[in-house]
Amino acid sequence: MTEYERKLKAEQRERFDFAVIANWIPPGERVLDLGCGDGRLLRYLGETRDVAGYGVEIDRESVLGCIRNGVDVIQMDIECGLSGFEDQSFDHVIISQALQTMHATERILTEMLRVAAEAVVSFPNFAYRANRQAIAQGHMPVSEDLPYDWFDTPNVRFFTIVDFERLCHRLGIEIRERLALDESGRTVFDDPNLNGSLAFYRLGRPV
Amino acid sequence: MPSESSVGVVAPQRAHFSLPLALKSGARLPCFDLVYETYGTLNAERSNAVLVCHALSGSHHVAGIYADDAENVGWWDNLVGPGKPLDTRKFFVVGVNNLGGCYGSTGPLSANPETGKRYGADFPLVTVEDWVAAQARLADHLAIETWAAVIGGSLGGMQALAWSLQFPQRVRHAMVIASAPKLSAQNIAFNEVARQAITSDPDFHGGNYAEHGVVPSRGLRLARMVGHITYLSDSQMAEKFGRQLRHGEHKFSYDVDFEIESYLRYQGNKFASYFDANTYLMTTKALDYFDPAFACEGNLAAALVPAKASFFVASFSTDWRFAPARSREIVFALLHNRRHVVYAEIECDAGHDSFLLDDPHYHALVRAYLENIVV
Repeated sequence: MTEYERKLKAEQRERFDFAVIANWIPPGERVLDLGCGDGRLLRYLGETRDVAGYGVEIDRESVLGCIRNGVDVIQMDIECGLSGFEDQSFDHVIISQALQTMHATERILTEMLRVAAEAVVSFPNFAYRANRQAIAQGHMPVSEDLPYDWFDTPNVRFFTIVDFERLCHRLGIEIRERLALDESGRTVFDDPNLNGSLAFYRLGRPV
Repeated sequence: MPSESSVGVVAPQRAHFSLPLALKSGARLPCFDLVYETYGTLNAERSNAVLVCHALSGSHHVAGIYADDAENVGWWDNLVGPGKPLDTRKFFVVGVNNLGGCYGSTGPLSANPETGKRYGADFPLVTVEDWVAAQARLADHLAIETWAAVIGGSLGGMQALAWSLQFPQRVRHAMVIASAPKLSAQNIAFNEVARQAITSDPDFHGGNYAEHGVVPSRGLRLARMVGHITYLSDSQMAEKFGRQLRHGEHKFSYDVDFEIESYLRYQGNKFASYFDANTYLMTTKALDYFDPAFACEGNLAAALVPAKASFFVASFSTDWRFAPARSREIVFALLHNRRHVVYAEIECDAGHDSFLLDDPHYHALVRAYLENIVV
């Protein structure tokens, strides 16, 4: 695959991931995106779902990217929680492939459901078949959804679909919907913890 | 032509306003003048005007140089000009000396039309809101119905915020940099020390020093020295001066031993040679009184309800005068009101004064925000 093809494929994949999330966001909602990068998801949700979105980001170049993309962004470190954000002030709060880069996993999940009625979380499933194979062969996995070498990965938490669901249970978080995709973006129905490369969740508090 | 350059030689203009201005204090100015400069060209739709608000010691001379004084470079020249972050090829930029100033606008040094004598101590206390009201008169004079943006750092940022509340329909973007929604007790304390320095100078004469042909320069010098400490960061002062000795040895005297003493004396002397003491007093009071939430029992979110503008808010990591947490108060109050806002917390070593410097990332943020404004 050439560099261009790789980039094109990554972009297509990204659009697909965005579409999964957008599908869970009713039009016109107020949305908070944690670890929003350069704001491209919010921009997409703005264009396709007409949401009023804000991003939160710590990286300065990403904040600059948000401004260039015309996306509202607040530069702050969400490891310290979401103080300043009022209770239930958003319809949805999203953390798209960023939860695994944070240390304060529990606090972030709890805070998300404090500021919004519902949370959307996506993360790479560490127990995906190809990842298991890499480990079995003695290497840390590098894949479509875990694209970093072990020595320069921004990821600090490595967890699986099963692990995540156990944590949600312990925190009293209700799993309202789950979607697992394989590396080519196809929905996985059979044994998602083995066959899912990327997991998406819709989370809430039990009513 | 280089891609980024100066606006070149500029000339101040003067506008006279003959209708009285009712001030927040209850006092009233029968008429007033404002001195201002403009850079760039107002477009046919009059939609590209940007107002630059100055801070404590600033003026209308925002960019460029004067024909007879090439050394006198505008105070925000690194930001404003053709190809610069506030690009004068796109925007029509207006700088104005605030009411009560000492650079030509009506202030304590001006003659009171009702007595024919200098206002001196009789010049009424003006507030941030009064400045904005006066600036709105200038906007009317220039036939600018709506500013594409109002931008300012520190006290200038407070004016940008006040604009968005007093004239919500006339501001499309408010750019509030290194600012705060109100002063803290510590901020007020520093201002009070500065004021005491001035008013206790034997040459102050109750504010009517001009009548005595003197200037309370010792007081002004001290006021500036105190102020200057709050503009810099501890780390930057350590880096710039440390404990460097003027004469390479301890002199065991009260003359300058350490370089930082020399620096503060120099800054104080320079300032006292050109700035008016009454303007300084009045401006520090304007800072102290600024508190949009005061009328809403301290609830800033409630105070910002009228705002319609989109906001750019930025703070600097080492600014302890108006620390990042102060800017976040503004950001979250805006969020409560569902306003558009971008907030950047800029890593910068230079303390409060960072907003005047040309840190590349800081300028990139301002540039990116302004580039997206449709005119």
